[in-house]
Amino acid sequence: MSDIGSTTGAVLAEGMPGIVDDWSADKEAFHVPWGKAMMWIFLLSDTFIFSCFLTSYMNVRMSTTVPWPNPSEVFALTIFGNHMPLILIAIMTFILITSSGTMAMAVNFGYRKDRVKTAILMLATAAFGVSFVGMQAFEWTKLIEDGVRPWGNPFGADQFGATFFMITGFHGLHVTGGVIYLSIIAFKVYRGDYDKSNNYEAVEIAGLYWHFVDLVWVFIFAFFYLW
Amino acid sequence: MEATAEGQQHPISIYLKIWILLFVLSTLSYLVDVMGFESYLRWGLILIFMFLKAGFIVAIFMHMAWERLALAYAILCPPLCLLVLIGLMAIEAEYTFFTRLLFFSQ
Repeated sequence: MSDIGSTTGAVLAEGMPGIVDDWSADKEAFHVPWGKAMMWIFLLSDTFIFSCFLTSYMNVRMSTTVPWPNPSEVFALTIFGNHMPLILIAIMTFILITSSGTMAMAVNFGYRKDRVKTAILMLATAAFGVSFVGMQAFEWTKLIEDGVRPWGNPFGADQFGATFFMITGFHGLHVTGGVIYLSIIAFKVYRGDYDKSNNYEAVEIAGLYWHFVDLVWVFIFAFFYLW
Repeated sequence: MEATAEGQQHPISIYLKIWILLFVLSTLSYLVDVMGFESYLRWGLILIFMFLKAGFIVAIFMHMAWERLALAYAILCPPLCLLVLIGLMAIEAEYTFFTRLLFFSQ
């Protein structure tokens, strides 16, 4: 046997043998910090939760005999006299992508041990998150004024309201939680906690969560708003 | 570009490129609605842009492209089970739909 699988100073195999090695025997499977592995496993479970919501949305939309409200019109806004279909959702999408970009930069500067830039970029990410939630609150208010309720609405199938409030509400909750999480980590970065431990992993782990929130929005945007 | 014990360190330029790409893809998927494409063309384009965006976010922003395969497979394979759920729920929805048509036409 070669040094494959040995635990001291091992050369790790790549490809399929690498998978077998990493998973086999009584040893560490993931060669990443435990916090990162745990965050990935949490995100995997969250994937299942959001998928259940989107699948139930598919189910009720396919099985209703009443026409589904046209999201392009329901979410249209009139800005300066121009009728813009789906404009608010498009802006929210761009804001979330921008925040993902600033978060990626924050992780990058974190590994460069640039304390101030990392903290500023994380706070910028959180600020974009706040504006996203603000726009969502505006959107909810507008729809509720239009008479959309979880049990019915004036535009078409009754199930529209239930799925809309459930899916966007749960996503908005994730964004809100992410803003708080990012703010705490940004504060710890600025205070110099991670310079003391010489370890900026916490920034990358927070980044994973934030990118996931953006990822979920990609699917909600495609299936709920565009379909 | 390599994932080291120091963590995931990559040049900033790759993040900027992916960032711009995500903007372009989002604009394109918004245009699908603005242009008023219908039916299979619409659904096909929505799915293509969606999977491209999701792929770039996971691979680059979440660094999955540089993680070891053991982690990547452990995270990316289990969601495939969801295809079974989606398939079953689609069949069930069809059944409910036709049952409702029969019931409401009586």
